[in-house]
Amino acid sequence: MSKIILQVEDLHSFFFTRRGVVKAVDGVSFYVREGETFGLVGESACGKTVTALSILRLLPEPAGRIVEGKVILDGTNLLELDKEEMRKYRGRIISMILQDPMTSLNPVYTIGDQIGEAMRLHQGLQGEMVEQEVISALRLLNIPSPETLLRQYPFQLSGGMRQRVAGAIAMSCHPRLLIADEPTTALDATIQAQYMALFKDIQKKTNVAIIYITHDFGVIAQMCHRVAVMYAGKIVETAMTREIFKTPKHPYTSALMNSVPRLDHKDERLYSIKGQPPSLRDLPPGCRFFPRCPVAEDICRQQEPAEKEITEGHFVSCWKVK
Amino acid sequence: MTRWGRISRDLVMILPVTVLAVLIFTAIFADVLAPYPYDKTALPERLTPPAWCEGGSTKHLLGTDTLGRDILSRAIYGARVSLSVSLLAIAITAIVGTALGIFSGYMGGRTDAFIMRVVDVALSFPALLLAILLAVSLGPGFFTVIFALSALGWAGYARIIRGEALRISTSDFVAQAQVIGVSPGRIMLRHIFPNILNILIVGITLSVGAMILAESAMSYLGIGIPPPVPSWGSMVADGRNSLDSAWWISTFPGILIGMVVMSGNFLGDWLRDRLDPRLRQL
Repeated sequence: MSKIILQVEDLHSFFFTRRGVVKAVDGVSFYVREGETFGLVGESACGKTVTALSILRLLPEPAGRIVEGKVILDGTNLLELDKEEMRKYRGRIISMILQDPMTSLNPVYTIGDQIGEAMRLHQGLQGEMVEQEVISALRLLNIPSPETLLRQYPFQLSGGMRQRVAGAIAMSCHPRLLIADEPTTALDATIQAQYMALFKDIQKKTNVAIIYITHDFGVIAQMCHRVAVMYAGKIVETAMTREIFKTPKHPYTSALMNSVPRLDHKDERLYSIKGQPPSLRDLPPGCRFFPRCPVAEDICRQQEPAEKEITEGHFVSCWKVK
Repeated sequence: MTRWGRISRDLVMILPVTVLAVLIFTAIFADVLAPYPYDKTALPERLTPPAWCEGGSTKHLLGTDTLGRDILSRAIYGARVSLSVSLLAIAITAIVGTALGIFSGYMGGRTDAFIMRVVDVALSFPALLLAILLAVSLGPGFFTVIFALSALGWAGYARIIRGEALRISTSDFVAQAQVIGVSPGRIMLRHIFPNILNILIVGITLSVGAMILAESAMSYLGIGIPPPVPSWGSMVADGRNSLDSAWWISTFPGILIGMVVMSGNFLGDWLRDRLDPRLRQL
């Protein structure tokens, strides 16, 4: 097995607001291996994006702060670096693709300028060299006729093309870890499929580790080697993708999967999980899922379950799982 | 685009540039171009109308004022004061205001709150009072006028630019820049600044007129450039009392002010269109 490149240990990221402390990420641990795609799945506002921003240390300060934990990249705890050192990691070693391709490009610069920016910054490239590298970055993303594209402006491109350019920007300095925050949510299904195939291809070529954030189990099934399910700021289950689809252990995981429409089932109504996720300002004691859990017992109400490894690499936090 | 369309579009740029270039040229070479010194009085020839009017003479093409000073010469010299004072004051206020506005909007939090309170104070302070104060304490003169015009003028820019910078700071492309490790200084300069240029240019073109008028207001109150050095504003003010009998004293410098203001506005429009990549290639 390839070596672990990123290890997140017991990460707590809180937002300190006037109306109380929002525990957006409350004790999250996971690791990512080289050349692996690690999925982070969960409904909206469960802390997926905050986890990603914490790794990059780009939480909106001073309200958002990492309170506790470690983010170890290749033996270095990123949380101990000073601002300047951290900045040099961004784009060069860790990079990220944002959600909305329509707004993630600067309208006043050409595509070439924007892809070249990180290269100029981190690799000190200039002039002709930048252009060469930009073209090869665009080639990596299978973009036809990169020479024309690099002189174009974002408004001249389609959504799918813009998202590829955003990918090229993120990959421009050959980072070792790429965080993709729902990069296909804003795209239509065909483009989505193309884009995901592209990612697999890039990973094969560069051996980059990818953290893929999504709420879509279909995407997880296609893209990820391993997956962690998040609920209300915690990871409730982690396993190999195949295993989690075959034998989901946590009631939340099974409930989520049942909520995905399937072609081979002809049920009248789609299953939905009753109730709302708890407010991150005011979390219930015990298991966070118990108010909505179909199999909850008394102990779930009183104590938070600890994480158990039930088979190798399959971790679950639930009292009901033995 | 039709041939005529292209010509008319370029005319929008060529005309104001020509006007401003000619005026700046006359301001620089006023000593050579003006037929008389700006302070040469000739009482027998006082209140001569322009040459093409009844009683006018070719000695004074645009007539003379109440002291018999040549209006054309004074207007030529006046270009010096009016243009240099207003352009310098605009440059200072625009640079300071933009820098503070972007900084404030991007940093947010306490920095933003502090800078915006200073802006509040600056905006609520009566500008003329400060100008009088400065003129009294520093003595009237060229730099006092520029200082007085700039001391509060930056606040308006800072307020407008800050709002725009705040909006842009939360946009995804700034987040994207942060994610690839671009430094805050570079983000402000390279990513935010170009995106507020439109607003800045509109602000500058609008303030050309305001600055020239503010300068003339100061001259009118006797706290501008001390007489007999002419500025267009003070010339307009001089002629106000005799507007019904000697209209030419106020009218010609007034036309010049109007020309500068309009040239600024047209040029601003044209520039704004050029700087928007969406319109550039259409």
